[in-house]
Amino acid sequence: MCATCGCGDERGVRVETRDAADTREESESGSPDHLHGEYSHSHDHPHDHDHPHDHGHSHEDGVHAPGDSEAEVPEQDGATRRIELEREVLAKNDTVAERNRQWLTERGVLALNLMSSPGAGKTTLLERTLAESASSVPLAVIEGDQETLRDSERLRRAGADVVQINTGAGCHLDAEMVWGALRSLRPAPGSVVLVENVGNLVCPALFDLGEYAKVVIAAVTEGEDKPLKYPNMFAHTDLVLLNKTDLLPHLSFEVDRFAEYARRINPGVEILPVSATTDEGLPAWYDWLAGHVSSPLHQGV
Amino acid sequence: MEWLWEGIAVHELGITQSVVDAVLDAVTEPRVTRLELEIGKLSGVVPDSVRFCFDLVVTGTALEGARLDIVTPTGSGRCRDCDQRLVLEDQLAVCDCGSPDVEVLSGRELRIRAVDVESGTVTS
Repeated sequence: MCATCGCGDERGVRVETRDAADTREESESGSPDHLHGEYSHSHDHPHDHDHPHDHGHSHEDGVHAPGDSEAEVPEQDGATRRIELEREVLAKNDTVAERNRQWLTERGVLALNLMSSPGAGKTTLLERTLAESASSVPLAVIEGDQETLRDSERLRRAGADVVQINTGAGCHLDAEMVWGALRSLRPAPGSVVLVENVGNLVCPALFDLGEYAKVVIAAVTEGEDKPLKYPNMFAHTDLVLLNKTDLLPHLSFEVDRFAEYARRINPGVEILPVSATTDEGLPAWYDWLAGHVSSPLHQGV
Repeated sequence: MEWLWEGIAVHELGITQSVVDAVLDAVTEPRVTRLELEIGKLSGVVPDSVRFCFDLVVTGTALEGARLDIVTPTGSGRCRDCDQRLVLEDQLAVCDCGSPDVEVLSGRELRIRAVDVESGTVTS
């Protein structure tokens, strides 16, 4: 199991290199299969103690050792004792994600976490974006799939620097995987890294990758109520690209209703209807990209 | 409904493994008898799925046989339009004033609170 998130088999995660000739070689850092990098085990106490310890400890003294998240309290019988841990379950991932964010910010690289259900059109949208926007905004891709190099090969043919992460049994990317991929990709300063997460509207929502912004790609073929059915995914996203609008004449899908549902979950979310096959609405997406990559230090969305 | 169960279990399996790894990192005692977790109602993690995964994940570790206690804080929020405090049953809350713009104040917790360990010596 992966020590960071436990998804599937650690040795099932493979990060392919950016160089097509080396695609089946393992990357340069960390353990060859999973890239638990140079800092990943250096944060015994990532939890920052900014929460109140107000949750009714049952032990008598209730004292936390100063500067330590583990207070050991003897029980009556002396045979067992309670150890207060107070650790965020995802602390390890979040620490790595923060490190990713710093690394990206220092290089002026803007990373976007692209998430969707399978078949929403992420890869086609990326192909189109690479073909039409890469001349004005330098783009590179981290491609996450459970298996196969199919999508990364498509994107490489479209001219992109691509690093593939195969998660094996894992249902999402985590910060550690992205760190390994970033080290392999070596994105140019001022560029955009599009991280194509594993197709899944549930699990990726919980894992911060250190990205600048989250983008959900939904397709009109999926139904208007996707935001209500997958609120965690829509709650924190910064932008929704509503894809396949060329199919609207054949469907009963109402864009306004989808937008209303999305805003019930996330009132501030931006929604851009697009079609990756006809290019309808894509200029607005390219403008969004260009606008954010040029913003000073990419602060805020 | 097995397909749905599998979909959920994959997700919670990773979370449960993270919990067990963090406990094993922090605790050196050979036997943990109880683990207390906090899983907020709005966290996106299903407690029953974690329970299911827990027995699988702890096999052969110091947590094998440990009791798993999960507390599930309810959600609370604040309406950004009228400043009213709300109890949130889910993320679809709409304030009485009609605004869906509700800031979540609690309910997203995903935290390991404490463990009980068995040990011949007491250090504190």
